[in-house]
Amino acid sequence: MTAPLDLSPAPGAVPLPRMIMSQAGYEFRTVLRNGEQLLLTLIIPVVLLVLFSATSLLDLGSGRRVDFLAPGILALAVMSTAFTGQAIGTGFERRYGVLKRLGATPLPRAGLIGAKTASVLAVEAVQAAVICAVALGLGWEPHGDPASVLVLLLLGTAAFSGFGLLMAGTMRAEAALAAANLVYILLLAVGGVVFPLEKFPGPVRDALELLPISALAGGLRDVLQDGAAFPAQPLLVLAVWAVAGLALAARFFRWE
Amino acid sequence: MTPPGGGGRDSAVELHSLVKRYGAATAVDGLSLSAARGAVTALLGPNGAGKTTTIEICEGFRRADSGTVRVLGLDPVAGGRALKPRVGVMPQSGGVPGTARAGEFLRLVASFHATPLDPDALLARLGLTEHARTPFRRMSGGQQQRLSLAVAIVGRPELVFLDEPTTGLDPQARHATWELIEELRAAGVSVVLTTHNMEEAERLCDRVVIVDHGQVVAEGAPEELTGAERQLRFRARPGLGLDELLAALPAGSAAKESPAGHYLIEADVRPELLATVTAWCASHGVLTEDLRIERRTLEDVFLELTGRELRS
Repeated sequence: MTAPLDLSPAPGAVPLPRMIMSQAGYEFRTVLRNGEQLLLTLIIPVVLLVLFSATSLLDLGSGRRVDFLAPGILALAVMSTAFTGQAIGTGFERRYGVLKRLGATPLPRAGLIGAKTASVLAVEAVQAAVICAVALGLGWEPHGDPASVLVLLLLGTAAFSGFGLLMAGTMRAEAALAAANLVYILLLAVGGVVFPLEKFPGPVRDALELLPISALAGGLRDVLQDGAAFPAQPLLVLAVWAVAGLALAARFFRWE
Repeated sequence: MTPPGGGGRDSAVELHSLVKRYGAATAVDGLSLSAARGAVTALLGPNGAGKTTTIEICEGFRRADSGTVRVLGLDPVAGGRALKPRVGVMPQSGGVPGTARAGEFLRLVASFHATPLDPDALLARLGLTEHARTPFRRMSGGQQQRLSLAVAIVGRPELVFLDEPTTGLDPQARHATWELIEELRAAGVSVVLTTHNMEEAERLCDRVVIVDHGQVVAEGAPEELTGAERQLRFRARPGLGLDELLAALPAGSAAKESPAGHYLIEADVRPELLATVTAWCASHGVLTEDLRIERRTLEDVFLELTGRELRS
C-alpha cells in the first residue's frame, strides 16, 4: 500500500506574506485557466482595439485612431478584471462555501483580500503588456508620464474592486454574474471606452464623465494621448468611487 | 479562566448551556457537552437536531446567543487566529472551488501550514492520486468528501471537526475513512464528528452524544448507552402459547411474537433463562431456529430517545 502518514499534531502557520503569496498565485493561475474570464479580460479588449483601429467603423474624432483607443482599452481591461472578474469569481466562491472554508484555514480574511488584490494586479499587468504590444504594433505613440498612468490604474483598480466585491458579497452568485456582465456592457458603451463622449449631448456627457470608467479612460487619454500629468478631475472622480466602493464593501460584504 | 462544568484542560471542546436561535426557531437550546482530548466524540442526532449549528459555533463560524464555548481552552471567535492552525475543519459539503484541481487545492491549504503532511502522500492514502488533476466539480461525491477530509487534516491539527465525514461514501471509502480516523486518534488527535451512521458511532467513537431539538438527550460510551440489557430471539412455528412460556420465566420478563413465527423475549438473559426457554420448547415439541442472544444496538437506543417520526 502506501507509506504511513505521521498524523501526530504539529500545528503552525507560515508567516502571513507567504500565505498571501500562495493564495495570490493560486488565484492568478485560476483566472488564466478560466476560458470565460479570458474572453472578458483579454480577447474582447484586443478584438475591439484591433477592429476599431484598423477600420473606420467608428468616428473617433480627429486624432490617430489607435492613440484614442489604446487608453480606453486599458481602462476596459482594468474594469474587466477588478470589477467583472471579481464580482463573478468571488460571488461563486461565496456561494460554494469556499470563502467560509478558507476562513477555517490560517489565512486571515484581510490576507485573502490582499491575495485577491495582488492577483488582480498581476492579471492587469499581463493584460497591459498584451494590449500595449498590440497597440504599438498598430502604430500607437504613447506620451506622458508613467507615474500618472500608474496612479490612474491603481485608483481605477481600487474603485472597481470595491464595487466588484460589494456585488460578490451581497448578491446571489447568479444575479451577480448577470449584473456584472450587464454593467460591463453598459459602461463599455457609454463610458468613453471606444465611443467618444463628445458624441453625447452636453448635460449627458457631463454626467457620464462622472462614471469611474469614463474617468479612467479619460484620465489615461489625458496623459497618454495629450501628455498631461496627474489630470485632476479624473483622479478626483476615481478617488471618490474608490473610497465609496471599498467602504460599502467593507460594510456590507457577507462571507456566507 | 476555567469554563463552568469542569473539564478544562483535558477537554478539546467544552460547551456549556449553549443557545442559538435563528429568528423564531431555536436550533441549539441549552446544550452542554465535553469532548475529551485525544478521543473520538460523535454528535448523533436526527436531521435538524442542531448538530451542524453546534459544530459551526465551535469552528467560530457562528456566535452563540448565550452560553460558553471553549475549544482547546480558547473562545473560537476571540481566539480564532490562534486556533486556526490547530483546528482542522471538514464542512458537510463543498468549500472547494469547482474549477480547482484536487491536488492544487490541497497543496494550497498545505502551504499555509508550517509542517504539513505531504499532499501527494495524503492523496495516495485516500485513493485520490489519479484524480489529483481533476477539477473538484468533476469528482464524484465520494471523491469530493475524501478530498475535503484531506484538506481538514493536511495541516496536522490537534483537533478536527468532521461534519458527516462518511455520508454518501461507498463501503470501501467509508472503511478507509474510518481507518484514517482511528489513526488520527492513535496519533493523539482529538476528533469531533457528526453522523447518522450508528455503526460508525458504535465502532469508531469513544463517546457518543445524542442530540435532539438542540439538547443533549443522552451521552456516554457506546456500550454505556446500549447498556448491559440483552434480549433473546428465535424463530419457531407460529402461535406458541406465550402466556404459558412467560409463566415459566422470571417476573418482569416480556415476550412477543412479531411477525408471525418470530419471537422476542426481553428479560434478564442468563444461562438459566436460556435453559428454561429451550426446555419449554422441547416439552412442547417445538424446534427453535436462529436462536440468538443480542445486545440492544445504538440504533435501538437512538430510536427510543428520539422517536420514530420522520424529520424534515
